Amino acid sequence: MADGGTTEGKGIGARVLRKEDWRHLAGKAKFTGDFQRPGQKEMAFVRSEVAHARIVSVTKPAGFESSVFTAKDMPDMQPMRAPSKMPGYKGADYPALAIGKVRFVGEPVAVCIADTRAEAEDLAQATLVEFGELPAVVDMLAAKAGDAPLIHEDWGDNLVMETFADDDFGKIADRATVVVKREYRMARHAMNPMEGRAVFAEWDDRTDQLMMWTSTQVPHLIRTGLAQFLGLEQRQVRVIAPDVGGGFGCKALLQPEEVIAGWLTRHLEVPVRWIEDRREHLVTGANCREHHYFVTIHATPEGRILGLDCDVTIDAGAYSVYPFTNGLEGAMAHGNLPGPYDIEVYRCRTQTMTTNKPPLMPYRGVARPGVCYAMEMTIDALARDIGVEAHDIRTMSMVKQEQLPFMSIAKKHFDSGDYAKSVEMVVDMIGLDKIRSEQISANGEGRLVGVGMGSFVEQTAHGTSVFASWGVAMVPGYEQATVRLTPDGGLELRIGVQSHGQGMETSMAQMAYEVLGIDPSQVTVTHGDTGLTPYSTGTYASRSMVMAGGATARACRVLAERMEIIAAHLLQCERAEVTVRGGKIVSGKGEVSFAEIGRVWYLNPDELPDDVDQGGIEVTMGYRPEPDSGAFTYASHACKVAVDIDTGEVEVLDYAIVEDCGTMVNPMIVEGQTYGGATQGIGTALLEESTYDSFGNPGASTFADYMMPGATDAPHYRIDHMESPSPFTEYGIKGMGEGGTIPTPAAIGNAINDALKTIGAEVTETPFTPRRVRAAIAAANKNRQGDAA
Amino acid sequence: MKSAKFDHQRAASLDDALKALGNADGEARIMGGGQSLGPMMNLRLAQPDLLIDISRVGGLDGIEVSGDVIRVGARVTHARVEDGEVPGVTGAYMQTVASGISYRSVRNRGTIGGSVAHADPSADWPSALLALGGDVVIAGQDGERRMPLDDFQVGPFATGLGFEEILTGFELPALSDSAKCGYYKVNRKPGEFADAIGAVVIGVSPRVVCGATEAAPFRVSVAEEKLAAGATEISVADARDMIAVHEPGFDDYDLQIHAVALSRAVGRAFA
Repeated sequence: MADGGTTEGKGIGARVLRKEDWRHLAGKAKFTGDFQRPGQKEMAFVRSEVAHARIVSVTKPAGFESSVFTAKDMPDMQPMRAPSKMPGYKGADYPALAIGKVRFVGEPVAVCIADTRAEAEDLAQATLVEFGELPAVVDMLAAKAGDAPLIHEDWGDNLVMETFADDDFGKIADRATVVVKREYRMARHAMNPMEGRAVFAEWDDRTDQLMMWTSTQVPHLIRTGLAQFLGLEQRQVRVIAPDVGGGFGCKALLQPEEVIAGWLTRHLEVPVRWIEDRREHLVTGANCREHHYFVTIHATPEGRILGLDCDVTIDAGAYSVYPFTNGLEGAMAHGNLPGPYDIEVYRCRTQTMTTNKPPLMPYRGVARPGVCYAMEMTIDALARDIGVEAHDIRTMSMVKQEQLPFMSIAKKHFDSGDYAKSVEMVVDMIGLDKIRSEQISANGEGRLVGVGMGSFVEQTAHGTSVFASWGVAMVPGYEQATVRLTPDGGLELRIGVQSHGQGMETSMAQMAYEVLGIDPSQVTVTHGDTGLTPYSTGTYASRSMVMAGGATARACRVLAERMEIIAAHLLQCERAEVTVRGGKIVSGKGEVSFAEIGRVWYLNPDELPDDVDQGGIEVTMGYRPEPDSGAFTYASHACKVAVDIDTGEVEVLDYAIVEDCGTMVNPMIVEGQTYGGATQGIGTALLEESTYDSFGNPGASTFADYMMPGATDAPHYRIDHMESPSPFTEYGIKGMGEGGTIPTPAAIGNAINDALKTIGAEVTETPFTPRRVRAAIAAANKNRQGDAA
Repeated sequence: MKSAKFDHQRAASLDDALKALGNADGEARIMGGGQSLGPMMNLRLAQPDLLIDISRVGGLDGIEVSGDVIRVGARVTHARVEDGEVPGVTGAYMQTVASGISYRSVRNRGTIGGSVAHADPSADWPSALLALGGDVVIAGQDGERRMPLDDFQVGPFATGLGFEEILTGFELPALSDSAKCGYYKVNRKPGEFADAIGAVVIGVSPRVVCGATEAAPFRVSVAEEKLAAGATEISVADARDMIAVHEPGFDDYDLQIHAVALSRAVGRAFA
C-alpha cells in the first residue's frame, strides 16, 4: 500500500511554487494567438449595430463576394441548441451567424476572411447590412410588461424560465415581528479574461480531423458541440486548448466563432484564425451578473432570521448558450439565496427574462455573488433597523457546526465546517471595535469610514445528481485521470479538465506526490487536448481539484499497486513487504526505483513476474465523490472603506478574509485564487458595468468607458484559513476557484452603507459608482428635509 | 481593432512635415507619440488617409528658459515633465499634472503637444496649461505664429490650429517662487481620463480653470476675482454657483464633482 512520502513536503498542504509560471514570466507560453500557418486566413465579423431588427439585406463588397459569408452561405451549419428539462424552460437556439433577425448589438451577421486581420476588417466595414429595426427590450423588468416587444415571437412572452417555492409565513408570524424589505440591482458586466477568446482551425487530411486550437475551459465539450452543429463525427474533431489566459466562465461554452471557424476551414480548406479584440469582448461579452431583487427578511426583535421572501429577476439576454443554457443562473439563485442560514420559511420566485443583450453566461461564482449581495445587504439593513451589530445576526442565524451535515431549506446538503466561527474570526481580523471608535472621532471630516462584511456557503464540485436534476445537455459523471510511468521513471498525468490560471500543472503533480512521493518536477501534467486526455466536461463549478485531483489520487494508487508487484519480484520478497514511498518502492530487503520499474516493463519484460498486471504501468481511473451533491466551501470577508461624501468616491482601506475550502492542496494557490476572485468582486462592487441606452446600444465598448479593477484598486488582502475537510471527497478537498468573487460586493456595499448610516443613505445598485453614492446621499438629504418639513 | 489603410510618412524635418501636410490629398494627421490617435485609428474612429509621423523631427523636444518664459517643445513627453525636466515652480506644477496622466508606459511616449493638439476635454494638459496661460507656438506654410492658450481650444477635439499647421511647442510663464498652484482631478481610477478637473495658478493674477467637460475647458472668472481679492479657499457650495454660471448644462452630479475639483485645487494651491 502506497503511503507516498511527505518528507520533502511537496504534497498536499505544501506551498509549492507553480511549475507553469516560468514560461509565463519568460514570455514563452503558447496561446492560441501564437499559432501561425502558411496560407492562413484571418476572420473578422460584421456584427449587428442594432439591438433588435430584421435583416433586410446583406450586400457584400463587390469583387470580394467569395470572402464574405452569411448564414445563407452555410446551410449545413446548425444553430447551437442547449436543451433543458427544467419545467417550463423556453430555450432559444443560438445561431452562430444571425438568421433572419438580430437580437443584440454585436451579434455576428457575416464573417469575412482575408490574409490579414486589418484587411478582413476592411471587408467587414465595406459589407452593408440593411436592418429593419424593431423596438428593443433592454431592461429585464420592462421585458415582463404585457405589451413588451417579443424577442422570440413564437414564445408569446419574454419569460425564459420561472422557479417558484411557496411557504407559510404564518408559522413564524408571532415570533418574526421584524420585517425588513429591500430592492437591489446588480449590473451586467463582462468577464474580461486577460486573453480574450481566440480560435485557430485547420483540417488535417492525414487524420481526417478538424483540428481546433481554442481558448477554452472545456475542450471535450467544444468537440462534442462542434461535431453536433457541423455535422461531423466526434472522432473527426480534435480540440486543443493551449495556454489559456483566464476564462471565468465565458470560455466554458461553445462560441459562435468556434463553430464558424470550423465550418470555414472544413469548406475552404485553409487554416483560419480569429482573435477576439477587446472591443468585441466588451460588446459581445457583456454577458453576466445582471440580477434584480426584492428581498424581505422576517426576524425576531433580536435579529434571529426566521423567514426569507424573494423575487428575483435575471436578465438572460437574447439566446441560450451551449451546453449550460441560460437557465442555470435562475436555478442557482433559487438554491443559494438562503446562504449559510438556518431559516424556517422560504418563499422564492425567480424569473429569467430574455432581452436584447448578449446571451447570459455563467461567470465565476455564478449567481451567488448576486444572491449573497441581496441577502447580506438586507441582513445589514436589518441590523441598522434594530440597532445590533450585523455579525451577531449572522452568527445567531447560521447553521451550527453541530448540525452538519445539514439539508438547507433550499435543499443544499452542507457537509462540514463552522460558519459562525468564520464570522467571529473575520470580525476580529478587521478590528471592528477599533473602527467603531474611529467612526465617532472622524465624524464630519468629509470622508466617512465604514465597515461591512459578507458570508457565504458555496456548493462546489457538484456532480451527476445535481446536473441531472437541471436536465442540461451535459451531466458530469466519473471524472477520469490517466497516469503513465515513463521508461525512465517519470510520470505523465493526463486530465480532461483544463488549467487556465489555476496552477493545476502544479497542484495535480502535488497530488501524485502525495500518493507516490514522486517529485512534482518529474511529473508532466497534460490537459486541454481531446486527443490526449480522458473525456471530461471540463473546468467549471470549482470542480477540478476535487474531481480530477481525486481521480489522479486513485489512478496513482492503482499504479503504485502494480509497481509493487513488479518490485516485490525484483527484490524477491513478498508483495506485502514492499511499499511505494518517497518516489521509490522500498522494503526491508532494499529498494527499487521508478526508473527500474519503467525499464523492466518497457524494455526488459523478461524480468517481469508472472502475476504482473497486464494493464502495465499506465492506469486510467474514474472518481466521483459520494454523495456527489457537492463539497461546501464557505468564507466570510470583511472590509473597511472610506467614502468621500463630496464626490461619492469609495476607497477600500482594508480587507480581511477567513475562508475554509476543506483540505488545501497548495495554500499559496488557494490564496492567489482568493485574492484574484476578491479583486473581480471589487470590480463588480465598484467599477464594472456594461451600460446600455434605451435602444440597446452598449455604452462601454472600450476600457476608456469600462472600468476594470487593477493593481491600484486591489487592497492588501489579509487572509486566514480554516480547514474543515469534506467527509465526501478524496482527502477532504473542497473546490475554491470561484469563492473569492462571491461576498465582495456584499462586504463593500455593507461597508459603504455603514459609513453612510449617519446620513441615512443606502446604496442598492452595483457598481457603487461615485454617481450612485452621491445620488444616495442626495436622496437621504431630501428625505430628511421632507421629514423636517 | 485594426486601423483602416493609411499612408505613412516619416518626416525628417519640420519643413518636410509641413510640405507633406500641404501636399496631402484627403485627410492628413500629424502623429507625435500616438497615444491618443493610435487607439482612435485602431477603433476606426479616425481614418486618416495620410499619417505624418513627426516622432523623429529634431528641434521639437527642447525645454528652455529665457527670461520669464519657458519654451517647451511639442514632442516633450509626459515622462520627461514627470521626471522634473521643466524647471522652477512652473515645472513643479507640471510635474504633478504629468505624473497623473495614464500610466508610465503611456507617459513614455505620449507628448504634451500631441495632447493639446488632440484637445480631448478629459485630458490633463488642455486644462492644466490653460491655467498656466501663455502661448501655443504654431508652424504653418508661411512661418511661425503664436496663439494665446486662452484662445486655442474652441471645443471638444477642436482647436485654432489650421489644416496645414503644426503645433510645435508652448511658451509658458516661468512662475515666481511666490506663485501658488493647485491641480485636482476627479476620475474613476488612478490614470483614467478625468471626469472633472480643477486647475488653479496664482501668478501675476489668478487663473482658475474648470476642465473635463463636454466642451473646452474654461476659466471661472468669479473664482479668479475672489482669489484676486484675497480669498484662500472656495467652498464646494460657492464653486457650484461659480461654475453653474459658465456651464448651465451640468447635471447635479457633474456640477458637484467639478465644484469639488475646483475647491480642492484651490485648497492644494494654498496647502
